[in-house]
Amino acid sequence: MTHYLTFDHVSKLYRGGNKAVDDISFTVDQGEFICLIGTSGSGKTTTMRMINRMITPTQGSITLAGEDLANVDPVKLRRRIGYVIQNIGLMPHMTIQDNITIVPKLLKWSPEKRHTKALELLKLVEMPATFLDRYPSQLSGGQQQRIGVIRALAAGQDIILMDEPFGALDPITREALQDLVKQLQSELGKTIIFVTHDMDEALKLASRIAIMDNGQIIQMGTPNEILRNPANQFVEDLIGHERLIEAKPNVETVGQIMLKSPVAITPGKSLVDAIRLMRQRRVDTLLVVDENRHLKGLVDIENIDHHYKDATSVSDIMTTQVSYVNEKDLVRDTIERILKRGWKYVPVVNDDHQLVGIVTRTALVDVVYDAVWGDTDEPDTQSEQ
Amino acid sequence: MTDLNTWQQLIYYFQHNGSYVLRQFSQHFLISIYGVLIAALLGIPLGIFIAHRKKLSHVIIGIANVIQTVPSLAMLSIIMLGLGLGTRTVIATVFLYSLLPIIKNTYTGMENVSDNIIDSGIGMGMTNWQLLRLVELPLSLAVIMAGIRNALVVAIGITAIGAFVGAGGLGDIIIRGTNATNGGALILAGALPTALTAIIADLTLGFIQRHLEAPQTRS
Repeated sequence: MTHYLTFDHVSKLYRGGNKAVDDISFTVDQGEFICLIGTSGSGKTTTMRMINRMITPTQGSITLAGEDLANVDPVKLRRRIGYVIQNIGLMPHMTIQDNITIVPKLLKWSPEKRHTKALELLKLVEMPATFLDRYPSQLSGGQQQRIGVIRALAAGQDIILMDEPFGALDPITREALQDLVKQLQSELGKTIIFVTHDMDEALKLASRIAIMDNGQIIQMGTPNEILRNPANQFVEDLIGHERLIEAKPNVETVGQIMLKSPVAITPGKSLVDAIRLMRQRRVDTLLVVDENRHLKGLVDIENIDHHYKDATSVSDIMTTQVSYVNEKDLVRDTIERILKRGWKYVPVVNDDHQLVGIVTRTALVDVVYDAVWGDTDEPDTQSEQ
Repeated sequence: MTDLNTWQQLIYYFQHNGSYVLRQFSQHFLISIYGVLIAALLGIPLGIFIAHRKKLSHVIIGIANVIQTVPSLAMLSIIMLGLGLGTRTVIATVFLYSLLPIIKNTYTGMENVSDNIIDSGIGMGMTNWQLLRLVELPLSLAVIMAGIRNALVVAIGITAIGAFVGAGGLGDIIIRGTNATNGGALILAGALPTALTAIIADLTLGFIQRHLEAPQTRS
């Protein structure tokens, strides 16, 4: 019950038995960026609008910061919740300053305080103070929505609802505003509930995504979880085939691409044993592990050659400073490290620091190849034609 | 007198009966204003009310439409049966005729306020009253004003006929002219100021209306 926002078996029925939202339950913690995504009519906007009681649920309860929303005065509630809608909704007859400070005005702040706040927020989005006296129609669409966003912050709201706020903007402006919102969110620690039908937008912004269809939440998880394990065909279709492949290096773990039979030796073995093993397996380095397969170090042929005369066991000459990666690490994070440093391979360990495999440069070639060409099978069929 | 042409007679009349014309003019103007003002006091709230209750709007606007179709002379006579001769009857008639443009324009003005703006207003925590005062009324004021302007111009015309039921006003001078032999100058002495009043009222309210509409488009 310590969650910031809780949906507990919430349904919304319209007259005629039409279920806009069908028995959904989820929780949101403070500071999360939740994207509700789905096709039109999936109930995502209805879900969002129930949070500020623009829509009252038919069944179930919603709790925000420990309060059951059914017992909260909707007007007071809405003043605590930022609200940004698709068509901006700036008041055309009010100046930018008045627009930004509507909620502070409703809360009866003094004019000086409102002016200071408006200036401060305008600075936050890098707009000049001269904008304060202009009217919305004198601003471009992107500028207007910037104002729309900071208006939702004016009274220090902790949670902000956004309903496809950037749907009507051109791609470049949209991207700039997405960056802005993401940045504001992480800097100010706001909780954001963001409705969109744009998967790219959701993947870019969300800390967690809720995929909705027919009034139900089909899947909820971090962008990585969803890309890695789409719950069903609908989710896959929504994400799109191409994005799934593109995302592969981003969501694949090292464990999925590693070679599982690394050549290893225990520290007690003699150098003769080591060379014999190298010759047998045709490698020039050996990973050193103890009896429990804990990674200890590495010997390579150069070392052995150098110290052949004065050392007897592997433990005498092994390099103990070995870079390794965890099997649960994402390929995305390791790929550059491996490629840039020019390593031939990297040992992979599990959480107990036991050696489980290695990632070679050739394994990475496959990953990059897939990202460039799409499915692994496709080039083969093409070459057959 | 008979050796003067109509225009000279008109000027002569104004020179000798200036104060009388002025008195009739103010009488005329006040009757129109009162009628429109009372209609506005009732019509604007009614328009706001039906804008929020769509089902009622057809009924109310329908009734106002029916009132509008009754010829003004007939309406004057009917109301005279109840209120008798005098200014009250004319004010009541002007009131009834002003209702339609005022209600209809208020309704249209409120309707034209974009749903997005209303939605964001409610979403930011405005009460119904705040929404009306801060958003709906300011945004529909120009259209409401256009309705009042329309009503006032019509009212000035109706008031001229009102002289038949003894309300006075510039119509009084016109009736004197129609009753007199060669009364052309007298008719003009009443008709010209009536027309002028209507035109000036229209221009003045038009000016106000333009100032009310969309401050955002003026920089």
